[in-house]
Amino acid sequence: MSAITPESGPSYAGILGVGAYRPRRIVPNSEVVDAIDSSDEWIQQRSGIKTRRFADDSETVVSMAVAAARNALEHAGIDAQQVDAVVVATVSHLVQTPSAATAIAHALGTAQPAAFDISAACAGFCHGVALANDMVRCGSARHVLVIGVEKLSDITDPTDRGTAFIFADGAGAVVVGPTDQPAIGPVVWGSDGEHYDHIRTEDWREVVASDKPWMPTLSMKGNEVFRWASFAMAKVAQQALDRAGVTADELDCFVPHQANNRITDAMARSLRLPETVRIARDIIDAGNTSAASIPLALDRMIADGDARSGDLALLIAFGAGLSYAAQVVRVP
Amino acid sequence: MSTEEIRAALADIVNEVAGIPADSVQLDKSFSEDLDVDSLSMVEVVVEAEEKFGVTIPDDEVKNLKTVGDAVAYIERNRAA
Repeated sequence: MSAITPESGPSYAGILGVGAYRPRRIVPNSEVVDAIDSSDEWIQQRSGIKTRRFADDSETVVSMAVAAARNALEHAGIDAQQVDAVVVATVSHLVQTPSAATAIAHALGTAQPAAFDISAACAGFCHGVALANDMVRCGSARHVLVIGVEKLSDITDPTDRGTAFIFADGAGAVVVGPTDQPAIGPVVWGSDGEHYDHIRTEDWREVVASDKPWMPTLSMKGNEVFRWASFAMAKVAQQALDRAGVTADELDCFVPHQANNRITDAMARSLRLPETVRIARDIIDAGNTSAASIPLALDRMIADGDARSGDLALLIAFGAGLSYAAQVVRVP
Repeated sequence: MSTEEIRAALADIVNEVAGIPADSVQLDKSFSEDLDVDSLSMVEVVVEAEEKFGVTIPDDEVKNLKTVGDAVAYIERNRAA
């Protein structure tokens, strides 16, 4: 009996480049308050959000992802032809099949890489980074594009007080490839399926059977999710630090999913992060962009000089499912 | 712990989470109306209280804790159990 030749890859992988795309239209709180009988002050107090971006008809899930990916490839100094896999985290690609990833890969001018979407909601980006790390190190791909992209304005009910002011649109991407030193730490991930319906969209069949004039929209049990995210996720973030062998004092940046500034505050407090750790606050003018929020926030911190090449950044993403993933990475 | 000790410890938590003077956290005060503790801060208070007093306060129970007295009574009932 002949043996199967196993695959092998480089010892270590890391993020080689980061890119983002922000939709053109800036939407202040004043534009969303009337439909939910709220106020700018209330929204800022509850979430930290002042403005967000909504994509227009020409800014699609695919086009935003392509723009972000091009920026990430440029930052990494990698040609699209060198990409072996495209992994897209999204919940707002409204075509059930095929995946957004195949269209994105084609538009980028790649050489027929593996391309697929993953459904892990707001936790999707960190799932993608974990997959990419394993893919590179096992030798199944040398360069992986991980993209988080959302057009949540398409699946948000503008009259829902619990979500209308939170969700927004955008895209972020990273290139993961071989590195000389470990640059992506062990992932701590999981799911709390007992509460799988705390954040959800309706079943299409419910919508078709109703008189509702639009597609399924997101709903969220806000207080329950806040409790889980603020406290259970702080413990997961701590485990990701521990598994990477990095102490809070050694950390440079904390880049949690931009779910709500109050969650970020509660997590930072629970983690007892020293004041030297720079904390992502992109949500203030980007809103909650689900799978796109971490790469968007990281891209901005790099642009603003808050994240410098070689810095250690703790990423943690969490959301519908309830699914979560966290890891420490080195900033490219 | 006496009722007053629980109230005082809870007042410290409310102070830490929401920045409200501990002296104003009295049994007859409503969290939302008198003390301006919003629903998210209330969640934080509840989680801190769970740790401090060794009780479990499920999400469904939180909405019944309208006043400081409600919360203190709940903690007293469930600490022994």
